[in-house]
Amino acid sequence: MIDAMKSKILKNLTPYLFILPGFAFLLFWIVFPMIKAFQISLFEWNVMPNSSSIFLGIQNYVRAAKDSLFWLAVKNSFFYALATVIGQLFLGLLVAIILDRIAHGKIFFRTLYYLPVVTSWVVCSLLFKFIFNSSPAGLVNYVLVKSLHLLPKPVTWLNEPGTAFIALYALGIWKGIGWTMVIFLAAIQAIPEDLHQAALVDGANEWQYARKITIPLLIPTIVLTSIMLTIGAFQTYIPIALITRGNPIHRTEVILSYMYEQAFSNRDFGYGSALSYILILIVFTISQIQMKFKKEENQLY
Amino acid sequence: MKKIFKYCINQVAFYLVLIFFALITAAPFLYMIGTSFKGQSFIFEYPPKFIPDQPTLRNFIVAWTSRRFDKFFLNSVVVTLCSTISVVFLSSLMAYGFSRFQFRLKGFLNGSIRIFMMMPAMTLIIPQFILASKLDLINTLPGVILVYIAQNIPLCVFLLTGFMQQLPRELEEAAEIDGASPWEIYRTIIMPLSKPALATIAIFSSLGAWDEYVWAMTILNDPEKRTLPVGIAAFHGQYLTDWGVVFAASLIAITPIILLFIFMQKYFIKGIMAGSLKG
Repeated sequence: MIDAMKSKILKNLTPYLFILPGFAFLLFWIVFPMIKAFQISLFEWNVMPNSSSIFLGIQNYVRAAKDSLFWLAVKNSFFYALATVIGQLFLGLLVAIILDRIAHGKIFFRTLYYLPVVTSWVVCSLLFKFIFNSSPAGLVNYVLVKSLHLLPKPVTWLNEPGTAFIALYALGIWKGIGWTMVIFLAAIQAIPEDLHQAALVDGANEWQYARKITIPLLIPTIVLTSIMLTIGAFQTYIPIALITRGNPIHRTEVILSYMYEQAFSNRDFGYGSALSYILILIVFTISQIQMKFKKEENQLY
Repeated sequence: MKKIFKYCINQVAFYLVLIFFALITAAPFLYMIGTSFKGQSFIFEYPPKFIPDQPTLRNFIVAWTSRRFDKFFLNSVVVTLCSTISVVFLSSLMAYGFSRFQFRLKGFLNGSIRIFMMMPAMTLIIPQFILASKLDLINTLPGVILVYIAQNIPLCVFLLTGFMQQLPRELEEAAEIDGASPWEIYRTIIMPLSKPALATIAIFSSLGAWDEYVWAMTILNDPEKRTLPVGIAAFHGQYLTDWGVVFAASLIAITPIILLFIFMQKYFIKGIMAGSLKG
């Protein structure tokens, strides 16, 4: 009788025993920090041990709402998302559509285009900082001025917010095309080849086929991909930290670079945590849209 | 005849576009390779050259010997191996639990995993930093490793659970009748059958650990403890940037990942499709 009970308890416990070790890590390094971050965001947090912090309530959030530098960072993040998401989607789609139609070398091109995706952000950022160098010998300057004659004289790319963002957008798009291409290529390959043959027999050309058949069929994939890319774009930090460091005078700051600076340069953990929570809120809002869309898509089929 | 002609024209146009994009993709890499073999006075030579006139190994030697790059490399290997092995082990246990048992908190725990997947990693950096200081983990590799494990588990559990749910159950049922315990089933049946998915999560978590910069940069101040990305970024920060050394170091750092990608492409692509995750 007791043995039977014992084995029943053990049986009920079994799944928890498998889940517990990993979940303990999550509790300790994710759940607890999530709660802690919210707590910190309500204080003027004193970094020194054994010294008390001042409770501020929602003051840090109010401060963010009034902080023009933070709003500039939000605006910069928004435009970064807009530019890089559109760039990655459009170019990734173009490459995927063409790649699907060529006779030989698919794997070669796919591998090559994917290389920037697997290369670390640190290396890619430094590389772009170097090729967008202000000197006439900088690679981008040289190509645009001397080889293609598109510009009259070398540009001091990283000294002005406008041109610095061109370099940052270029990096974001260059590094991401491979990823969108792989997603789109898989979706395109799922379209039956008969459709293509039938369209060609009916006298359609490749461009008409892509515009009338391929792209409409890819709309769900395009929407989901763009939401995922947007979430990723709002989390950009490394290129800013390594290429412009927010300069000149905070004009190129994005949400996370501003948060990091508040937290670790100014040692203002309370304000930094409030900014983090605002980003979490933004990301979760975008995710909700994604969920909703996924549901609708599922109902469609 | 006309049809074949049209086909050829199309193919030529396609290849031209693809080659154009291939050049744009490859040019920065080729320029990086060229620069890493240039002497210091040739870095900003005019006109810029992809192939150096007088190639030298100086940058590689400087990086490896006098800048402690050997140490950074070793630190990165330790961090990557420890976190990847732990992630694979812990996530496979969890995925087995989620895919093979019914229990009360299942829905809740599964849902929270999905939420952790969405959390932007950097937003937790302040409390994680406080936690690491309290535990005396600042400036230690374990401090780096523990957070990498936690960061990688949610996505890996998600991918593995999806994979394990699709595995056929006949073998397990037979083993159960023979009296095998859940642990034995996990070890002798589930794990061997899950090899392809395990390879995928191992690749993605090692890639993440090898390339991670923000957390490592935040808690590692001691130059001896730096991992590769932190070390490379520090080469860049030191006084006037010696770009040749930066790119020699970068090249050494990205080569293992690129080789891994080229030879394990199948698993990469599977991982991307399954979780639509970003490398």
